[in-house]
Amino acid sequence: MENNLITLLLLIPFSGVLLALVLPSNRFRPWLLPIVSMMHLALTFLIIQAGPLSAANGWLGVDALSRLILLIISLLFCGCSFYALGYLRYRLSWGNRVFVSCLLLFLFAMSLATISRHLGILWVAVETTTLASAPLIYFNRNRLSIEATWKYLLLSSVGIALAMLGILFIAYAGLTEGGHVSLQFDDILQGAASFSRPWLRAGFVFLLVGFGTKVGFAPLHTWKPDAYGEAPGVVGALLAGGLTSVAFLALLRTLQIMDAASEAVLAREAFLAMGLISMAFAAVFVVRQPDFKRMLAYSSVEHMGIIAIGVSMGGIATYGAMLHLMNNAMTKGVLFLSSANIHRRFGSKRMDEVRGAITLVPFSSILFLLGFIAITGSPPFGPFISEFTILQGVFSGGHYVTGGLFLFFLAVIFIGMGTTVLSVVFGTPSENAGDKDYRETFATTGMPLLMLLIIFVLGVYLPDSIRQIFVDAAALLEVRA
Amino acid sequence: MNNTANLLLLLVVMLNFFILGSSRLGSNIRTIAIQGGMISLLPVLAHGFSNHTIFLAVAAFLLKGIAIPYLLFRAVRQVHIGREIEPLFGYVPTLILGTLATAASFIFSDRLPLIAEHSQTLFVPVGLATLATGFLLLITRRKAINQVIGYLIFENGIFIFGMLLTEAMPLMVESGVLLDLLVAVFIMVIVMHQIKREFSTINIDQLTSLKE
Repeated sequence: MENNLITLLLLIPFSGVLLALVLPSNRFRPWLLPIVSMMHLALTFLIIQAGPLSAANGWLGVDALSRLILLIISLLFCGCSFYALGYLRYRLSWGNRVFVSCLLLFLFAMSLATISRHLGILWVAVETTTLASAPLIYFNRNRLSIEATWKYLLLSSVGIALAMLGILFIAYAGLTEGGHVSLQFDDILQGAASFSRPWLRAGFVFLLVGFGTKVGFAPLHTWKPDAYGEAPGVVGALLAGGLTSVAFLALLRTLQIMDAASEAVLAREAFLAMGLISMAFAAVFVVRQPDFKRMLAYSSVEHMGIIAIGVSMGGIATYGAMLHLMNNAMTKGVLFLSSANIHRRFGSKRMDEVRGAITLVPFSSILFLLGFIAITGSPPFGPFISEFTILQGVFSGGHYVTGGLFLFFLAVIFIGMGTTVLSVVFGTPSENAGDKDYRETFATTGMPLLMLLIIFVLGVYLPDSIRQIFVDAAALLEVRA
Repeated sequence: MNNTANLLLLLVVMLNFFILGSSRLGSNIRTIAIQGGMISLLPVLAHGFSNHTIFLAVAAFLLKGIAIPYLLFRAVRQVHIGREIEPLFGYVPTLILGTLATAASFIFSDRLPLIAEHSQTLFVPVGLATLATGFLLLITRRKAINQVIGYLIFENGIFIFGMLLTEAMPLMVESGVLLDLLVAVFIMVIVMHQIKREFSTINIDQLTSLKE
């Protein structure tokens, strides 16, 4: 029964891919998305209740971190799948066979990555997410989207190749001690204490750079503004909320190995440095950013930095970081989906051409505004709680400089994003711009609203049973002295 | 066994230099076909004959020696890519950088603690040198197809290093890795077609609309 859950989790999206390739009708094919994602979500709930699972010789398995990330991607994908129904209706004439099958393949690869307990399988799954998402970014078929696709494809492929080198280095670190070579995660954790230090450290650096490219840590983030800016909003939401979380999971696995090898200090310093650099870069580029989708990309860089800082601090800050993974994914969903509606109405995503969105697309504009308030860490939304928890951990650990910088970057980004968002939402609209026939529908505003409700609930009241998911995930990252 | 493997690895380094200095696209694709074919012999040379190594060797040969070069040649024909390389720097500076990187790889791997049976082989230095060559091509070449070639050489470097660890990589994972590589190149070729259609060139210095 329990192994069946894991099999089904992979089988359902994969059969979805095959069905999407076979079904002839552009009108009915998109319905596969909500059907598959609802089943995926139901399975995710069953898996969360089932506790630790393991299958395929321990190559696949579910621990607390998998449960958390699985829940994040499943919720996000579910919301995005209904939105995609509405979105693909505008694009019926383009055909959507590739789009729908790539979306489902993307879900399959992300699910595989969350439940893999073998570094090789983890790598294959993360690389598959790149390949499945490249055609999605190119969906708009214009010069800009092709440029973005090329940069994304090449940078991610090279980054992920470096991660493979890191994995091989870590395997070699085990080999030098004459041990049995294995890339099975539990074997590595068990043997890590006796691994050869030079190989292990070099491997860690390669993994950090490799998976860091997919996470989008500055200065490895250069594909991010292009890809997020040019991809359809629903793809942007999945990249910023789903893919980054999965890639972060790969980094957390690396961290677990370093902890097991008593190299926690080095690893955490690296995470802290990456986090601060990312926040600094985001602060510089978010200010006066004329393109509101690119602005969201820099916000994504910032929040990956925040999570990295939270993880590096340990203790309560790690718990905050786990919470922030969820909050960030949901809020990015709200922001990307609502900004895509604004983009469609105005036919532009530049601040100087989009003004007064609130009179033309009121629901999307309010969602966009509330999403902005949430992502910058204002109460009463979830990110406020998680950022505050991380900050509490930073200060209680006596890292006053880090805490000060953290607050400073948050303030700069708040002001920077605020300028752009307010100018987009308020003001007098230029009536003749864009697609006048565009009307907001339930599919395209209901889903971001639902995600907003989730982060609102996470912000005001966290039931113990849900809290436990985050606590358990954070516990796996504790350093045992 | 090790001597043959070392000889082969030295040839791989020579091919690296050849690509760095060559100005013809066609000969570059042929060179990576040869390089891919040569390194696909390594599993058998390094670990002897077994089902695992034979499968790996055959799969790598079909992929790196035949399928990928074929895809690239077809792209050159269909997209009408001009035959010259048009590097960002001249060939001589690239070659010098390549030499420095190769030397650095040999020095660096000398300092890494290798287990006894690997200390007489060239897998680590040649793997790293090939990696560096690929990286160099990626950043100094202007045409999209040359970047793909750089990426392939980069992957070859990782493959060479991975030879030390074939026991750690189950067959299924290994096939997944190779399949991903094939699909990646396939998608890159498709994107290249689209770049050519939109920009009527595949020089990526045209791809500059997206920047701050």
